[in-house]
Amino acid sequence: MEKITLRVFRGDNVSGGLVDYPVETFPGMVVLDAIHQIQAEQDSTLACRWNCKAAKCGSCSAEVDGKPALMCKTRVDQYPTGTIAVGPMRAFPHIKDLITDVSWNYRMSAKIPPLTPRPENEGKPFKLQQADVDRVQEFRKCIECFLCQDVCHVLREHDRKDAFFGPRQMVRIAALEMHPMDSLNRREQLKGEAGVGMCNITKCCTEVCPEHIHITDNAIIPLKERVADDYYDPIRGLLTKIGIIKRDTKAPLSSVPNDLTKIIVHEPRPVK
Amino acid sequence: MENYETYEYDVLIIGAGGAGLRAVIAAREAGCSVGVVCKSLLGKAHTVMAEGGVAAALNNMTSPDGQKEGDSWKVHFTDTMKGGGFLNNWRTVEIFAKEAPERVLELEQYGAVFDRTPLGDIAQRPFGGHKYRRLNHVGDRTGLELIRTLQDKAVGVGMNVHMEVTLCRLLKDGDRVVGAFGYYRETGKFVVFRAKAVVLATGGWGRMYKFTSNSWEGTGDGLQMAYEAGADLMDMEMIQFHPTGMAWPPGMRGILVTEGVRGEGGILLNNKNERFMFNPEYTPALYKGQFAETPEEGDRWLTDKKNNRRPPELLTRDVVARAIYREVEAGRGTEHKAVELTVSHRGEDYIKRKLPSMYEQFHALGDVDITKQPMEVYPTIHYTMGGVWAEPETCSTTVPGLFAAGEVAAGLHGANRLGGNSLSDIIVFGRRAGAGAAAYAKQATAGAIDPAQIESEIEILMSPLETKGGENPYKIHQELQEIMQTNAMIARTEKGLQEALAKILELQGRAKHMSVPGDREFNPGWHAARDLRFMLRTSEVIVLCAIERKESRGAQWRLDYAEKDDAFWGKRNLIASLQGDAVRITQRPLPEMPEELKQVVEEYK
Ligand SMILES: Cc1cc2nc3c(=O)[nH]c(=O)nc-3n(C[C@H](O)[C@H](O)[C@H](O)COP(=O)(O)OP(=O)(O)OC[C@H]3O[C@@H](n4cnc5c(N)ncnc54)[C@H](O)[C@@H]3O)c2cc1C
Ligand code: SF4
Ligand code: SF4
Ligand code: FES
Repeated sequence: MEKITLRVFRGDNVSGGLVDYPVETFPGMVVLDAIHQIQAEQDSTLACRWNCKAAKCGSCSAEVDGKPALMCKTRVDQYPTGTIAVGPMRAFPHIKDLITDVSWNYRMSAKIPPLTPRPENEGKPFKLQQADVDRVQEFRKCIECFLCQDVCHVLREHDRKDAFFGPRQMVRIAALEMHPMDSLNRREQLKGEAGVGMCNITKCCTEVCPEHIHITDNAIIPLKERVADDYYDPIRGLLTKIGIIKRDTKAPLSSVPNDLTKIIVHEPRPVK
Repeated sequence: MENYETYEYDVLIIGAGGAGLRAVIAAREAGCSVGVVCKSLLGKAHTVMAEGGVAAALNNMTSPDGQKEGDSWKVHFTDTMKGGGFLNNWRTVEIFAKEAPERVLELEQYGAVFDRTPLGDIAQRPFGGHKYRRLNHVGDRTGLELIRTLQDKAVGVGMNVHMEVTLCRLLKDGDRVVGAFGYYRETGKFVVFRAKAVVLATGGWGRMYKFTSNSWEGTGDGLQMAYEAGADLMDMEMIQFHPTGMAWPPGMRGILVTEGVRGEGGILLNNKNERFMFNPEYTPALYKGQFAETPEEGDRWLTDKKNNRRPPELLTRDVVARAIYREVEAGRGTEHKAVELTVSHRGEDYIKRKLPSMYEQFHALGDVDITKQPMEVYPTIHYTMGGVWAEPETCSTTVPGLFAAGEVAAGLHGANRLGGNSLSDIIVFGRRAGAGAAAYAKQATAGAIDPAQIESEIEILMSPLETKGGENPYKIHQELQEIMQTNAMIARTEKGLQEALAKILELQGRAKHMSVPGDREFNPGWHAARDLRFMLRTSEVIVLCAIERKESRGAQWRLDYAEKDDAFWGKRNLIASLQGDAVRITQRPLPEMPEELKQVVEEYK
């Protein structure tokens, strides 16, 4: 058994700092195991989120040595110095220790209408080839860890949560937009409140995605192209007008009323 | 006393797994206002971890001759009853088998994107105990697809979501449940919900065991809340040990290896390199003659399912778990007290396409490349067949105003659950519970909230923060896991169970004087203390029921009563209820199956 040091951010939205904890390792240990060991043996007030411990639920997101990662998928033996810094995601309001308030992500998601099948397919089993759904299935692997949201500079550095739903929601919209059975025209929302134009394709989100979703190449860029086709391509516009290109027959999106679903995580937060 | 927020709904749904979310949709469609509460963030419940698939007899799969395999609700009904050792409630199973296909197709309408067959239908895979290919799936992440689909749909129909709230007590007005009380995990502030009807969809309890596939949520709070409110619990001795949990490395111990690995052709080997499941001793009488008798036949089945029988690796979970246990006990295990599961013969491409998250899980966490190397596996605690007794049509419990669905409820799976039957359980009965609660709420008025009940719960909650020098909840939890793992696991004896009971009672005493440091703000130690009391009570009931059932059936394997006793125990469920402060265990005769269903079983078994 070897000893390592876990340097964990402790504190709340007012003050805090790094605290060192010695941890005894075992084969295959991940950062989340180390956190659990600290909770059980050294300090049970250390707060973190987790559920599956198998990289399936997206709860244990944090920044390990400054890099957004799932704690349950990050082996401690990949850090040769024996000291590992663990902190909360930085793009979201901090609550305590490794916990941040990620409810904004759920609120944005609630603005996106779910699949709305074309009337002729309603209530009938879909006939779809595997090849037709491969692309959509890639997007549906998303475990909502929000690491991509954490790393995206539009949200992290510029805090433009008012203008951009972020890469996670781009993936969600892409899954709907490219679903062969969906009947809604989602481009207006994409261009408008979802803010696909805010992304400038730095691909940072793709790099951190634990599900290896090609967020930028397969979701965002094609979405940008679809929006551009609709709105800015004059030739396309002309060809559509004179009927050479068929107009999109999808129904315009009926947007979801704002407070249909409320996400409540105890507000207002007590002031310290 | 401190102020707390109060929310009012027609229907309060406790739990946002598949069962809870499906109930939301049903209650909203019936025109009710709905609040849903969950301990974690939305979409992180156990449902998200399910891998293999959702069982429903869609009969989409064809044999090499182009004919459909011939699945139907009747075959699914029979398989489920057989798998459950006929301890299941026949009516629950009948509703389930008939409605599951409709519910799965509805998921597709809501946005689920299942794997497809060459004909363009939903693809189905074989699983233990299912006669035909019946598990509708998305690679090995079916649960994620299911929960995300229901989450998106539920958000779309409108609800209030209270995330990271732990409820600790159901509030009663006379006999009736009229609300619930708990705390925000984030701030520790108390919160009250007042509702005309309450749906309990809190999932299972596996955290009292050491090797478990369950998350921190699986502490049985919902079960205990119902029990304290006066609900009957049933089949509590029946706990599923999934045969294939990861056994190495130690950090991964207990994490699930989906049955899909065996469904896709994975084989089990002991340290002599034998496919030990072919040992005829391991095949129970009920399944004799229905499984391949040579490895060659088992291999041929992979490509020709019509003319060959399936390999015995696909026997039901109770059977395979026992066989693995015996192999290891007989010294035929690996150095880590496990057996090997290998699927490498299926080829790298196939494995990566059909079992991508298994590949990733072993690759990243276990340093094992499953396309080339075997996995080490050993049984892990996985699922709780028993739970709150629920009436099949509306999922009402024995307490007015309280409905239960999903893993927390009992009746569908009997003594052993078939893989894939849980995901269809939660959508079939989640919907029924939501509709049942909505119907009840429409003819009910809101009840009165009794502050005394709240205050007594606050006392329990606050005690570990106010006690100095008491016991550490983590320590007690560890001792509980140790005793449950050794004495109430796969192989049980009167002596071992009595020892476990004595230990649990001792721990219950010690748990009255716990202390934890810190304050109420997101304090895991404080949360653990409350959860522990739920777990200790649940463990006591499990052990008492395991002692009472003096036979071996399904998940209950008694070394001192090794035989199945159809004449006596085959006709009885065990019911646990609270009498004052003590557990009362009674035997209840199984409802008699009607003649036409008996014929169905005769025909398809
Ligand atoms: C690793 C794994 C793999 C599995 N694979 C399969 C499979 O392939 N096929 C299959 O059919 N089944 C599978 N299962 C079983 C299946 O996933 C579960 O039985 C099923 O998802 C349970 O759903 P549920 O809605 O009843 O409960 P859960 O999904 O467990 O949800 C419970 C909800 O209740 C909430 N809750 C609990 N207590 C409280 C409280 N005190 N206060 C407030 N909220 C509370 C939780 O926060 C959660 O939201 C698997 C299970 C696991 C663990
Ligand atoms: S590619 Fe776009 S969405 Fe992704 S991180 Fe960069 S700016 Fe953000
Ligand atoms: S797209 Fe990837 S990184 Fe972003 S939330 Fe989903 S799984 Fe996480
Ligand atoms: S705990 Fe589920 S992703 Fe890490």
